Amino acid sequence: MSFLTLTHLEKTFGQNRVVKDFSLSIAKGEFISLLGPSGCGKTTVLRMVAGFETPTSGGITIDGRDVTGLRANARNIGMMFQAYALFPNMTVADNVGFGLKVKGAPRAEREARVAEMLKLIGLSDLGGRFPFQLSGGQQQRVALARALAPRPSVLLLDEPLSALDAKVRVSLRNEIRQIQQELGITTIFVTHDQEEAMSISDRIVVMNGGVADQVGAPFDIYNRPRTRFVANFVGTLNTFDVQVTDPAQGRVTLAGQSLTLPDAPLASSVGQTLSVALRPEALRLGRLPDAEALLTARVTDVHFMGSVIRLKAEMAGALVSLDTFNRPDAPPPVVGSEVEVSLSGRDFIVLQG
Amino acid sequence: MTRFFAWAAFLLGSLFFLLPLIGMTEFSLKARRGEYSFDAYMRVFEDQRFWDTFSYSLILAAATIVVGVFLVVPTAYWVRLKLPQARPVIEFITLLPLVIPAIVIVFGYIRLYNTSSFLPMTGSALGTDILLTMGYTTLALPYMYRSVDTGLRTIDVGTLTEAAQSLGAGWVTILARIILPNVMVAVLSGAFLTLAIVLGEFTMAALLNRPAFGPYMQLLGANRAYEPPALAVIAFAITWGCMGLMQLVTRLSKHERAKA
Amino acid sequence: MPEDPSAPRLRHKWRMPVEWLGIVPFLLFALLFLILPTMKIVVGAFQTPEGAFTLQNLADLNTDSIRSAYWTSIRLSLITALLGCAIGFAMAAAVVFGGLPKGIRSPLLTFSGVASNFAGVPLAFAFIATLGPVGLITVWLRTEFGINLRAMGFNLLSFNGLVITYLFFQIPLMILIIIPALDGLKREWREAAEVLGATGAQYWRMVALPILFPSLLGTFALLFANAFGAVATAFALTGPQLNIVPIKLFAQIRGDVLGNPNLGYALAFGMIVITALANFLYIWLRVRSERWLK
Repeated sequence: MSFLTLTHLEKTFGQNRVVKDFSLSIAKGEFISLLGPSGCGKTTVLRMVAGFETPTSGGITIDGRDVTGLRANARNIGMMFQAYALFPNMTVADNVGFGLKVKGAPRAEREARVAEMLKLIGLSDLGGRFPFQLSGGQQQRVALARALAPRPSVLLLDEPLSALDAKVRVSLRNEIRQIQQELGITTIFVTHDQEEAMSISDRIVVMNGGVADQVGAPFDIYNRPRTRFVANFVGTLNTFDVQVTDPAQGRVTLAGQSLTLPDAPLASSVGQTLSVALRPEALRLGRLPDAEALLTARVTDVHFMGSVIRLKAEMAGALVSLDTFNRPDAPPPVVGSEVEVSLSGRDFIVLQG
Repeated sequence: MTRFFAWAAFLLGSLFFLLPLIGMTEFSLKARRGEYSFDAYMRVFEDQRFWDTFSYSLILAAATIVVGVFLVVPTAYWVRLKLPQARPVIEFITLLPLVIPAIVIVFGYIRLYNTSSFLPMTGSALGTDILLTMGYTTLALPYMYRSVDTGLRTIDVGTLTEAAQSLGAGWVTILARIILPNVMVAVLSGAFLTLAIVLGEFTMAALLNRPAFGPYMQLLGANRAYEPPALAVIAFAITWGCMGLMQLVTRLSKHERAKA
Repeated sequence: MPEDPSAPRLRHKWRMPVEWLGIVPFLLFALLFLILPTMKIVVGAFQTPEGAFTLQNLADLNTDSIRSAYWTSIRLSLITALLGCAIGFAMAAAVVFGGLPKGIRSPLLTFSGVASNFAGVPLAFAFIATLGPVGLITVWLRTEFGINLRAMGFNLLSFNGLVITYLFFQIPLMILIIIPALDGLKREWREAAEVLGATGAQYWRMVALPILFPSLLGTFALLFANAFGAVATAFALTGPQLNIVPIKLFAQIRGDVLGNPNLGYALAFGMIVITALANFLYIWLRVRSERWLK
């Protein structure tokens, strides 16, 4: 049963179609990320849900109620902005209590709710401070509390982490996810950071040029990207050209090795060239018994990144990236050395478009 | 709805500002009975006193600008570089002329520097001219200081000074060759504002009895009918010219910086 | 390395005056042409012509004519400052938030720069040519509509006429100062308030106006002082007979119309006190309202 539905949303600014035929239905309590590069229309979709933009056509319903023509202040929505959206003239407590105050909630109820919210975000002692006295991370936590205080039916997050530094970003995103699950609130999160989106979402909508390229769980988006754009946007990709030998069985050859692709039967004829891709972690160093094929590669670059080591190597006429875990007892291969790489057809992604 | 009120506010406001401008222009052209003419302007331009007072005020404006620049640029520079703790004091002083009415200041001058005082500046024409220039500098101080200080904020005063010093430059060289060119836009925009203020100023010149443009306009206004609106049109054009030059300077410098 | 603990302090003491030397010319100028002249007025207000201390000058201000001059001046300044703030704010808000074409913003700012400096004698001429006895609008209303402004009690050379004339430089000054302040209101504040359920009015009352309050207050104080000290416009409009403080002081300086030189000091001292009070009130309110600023 969907709680929030967007049906055939369209938005044009002048001659510019920013959002094209965008439909999505979100279940109650679900955490959805809109992921895409800047200008892909993700923020416009969010602003239409919030009520700051009116759709050129299409409709929005929340909990069965059509809100398409409603103003933002009548939708009962909570929203977090990029940064600095706290009211600078109010204390933390007044900021959090603002939503209840404008709705005319009695003082006692307001104060209780503010205390509850401040406890939720772990800033109970800072109610009397002004925003300028807080760090960026604290300010965004207050913004979250302010958004949640009036018990909104939907929570909208407009890149709330992008102005923070890396460490705070990770800890705050985990905190947001935890609070979201605790309250079971339906949430839309807009971001251009694929790692961020994958780490906290139930489902991800990858957007490109105003349309949703693919909607799915992070695992599916990453491992079964439907378009080249999605595949490239959600991670690093090695692409190869392979020759089809048996379309019905999905068999192809790469550098003389025979492989079976997962999406059989293939819609192509014998001898045709196909473009396929592999994630860096699907190329495995060494001779592995369960692998379909074995190729040699020449290492051209080694990046030690801690738990993961990323190698660049020449393999089957292409330059590939290859990830392997760090092992304290085995130093990584040196630049210029030859290594054996195991790979399997089931890990390949067949790219369309 | 909002847009309707916005247009209403804007148009009504514009009407209020345009009508007096139309009124003075129309009136200034009516000197000849029954037809529009430039007679009033001709008479103004033929009046020797117009040129005398105008050039007097122009000279005083130039002197005011020079004094102001010599006073404000080194001070603002020094405060930024070495004396940030003096900033509140300096800012307070520069804002005083906005609070103390000009008529009170000039009253003080007259009583403080009269012929029987320790510094009898009002005793001679030159002395009074100097006093008037100082008075105008005071009036222009808030604008000049703000403008220059804002200009200095955009350049790194400390680094520029150290770089110049390491190349062997002295204070005068640093100020004249490094700092001044870098705040030239701010200085010029302050200068044009000063020009506009000085050319129209009435109170100080009238009370110090100097033949400036402001008192001349007032005198003409008391005795003639069509010349005063013509003068108003001329004065408005001058003010507009000063502001236009101010914007032009700012725009040109932005262009320069964009090219660099 | 052993170090004399008093050495840095000594050096500090020695350095102080050298650095302060850099602003001596400025301080000297301020002293000679701003502070001493003002002090002269303040001290003179408490002296007899012979130089003895007295409160008589201040007491002598308490005549009908002088009291009414102060009262008229204060009313004139308050009304023109209030109207200037209100109308200027409306026009600035119309341009910044009202959805007017972007192209009118820059001309409005330029025009405001010109108009706020177009004060004094020529401004008076412009209004005489427009609303004076034979001014453009006066004549037009009379010949086209048979409306006689004079008969309806309007006179440019009066309090109301002065209010209208002063607004010509008060409104643009407000526009010049308040447009940057309105630009400082972040879109996120408005949207955050709206999404939290606030109406437009609630947003203005609880968020925008409190944030703008210091700017509004400062501009009001500036407009007040601006009108209170203005001489030229009023003098050119009405001549020496209008009973407001700056005109009275002007006449007194020129010809000692009060018949007591030291009463002139007291009159000027009163002007300083009033503009200073207005500004202290502003500073006090600003400090109170700006606890949320760094």
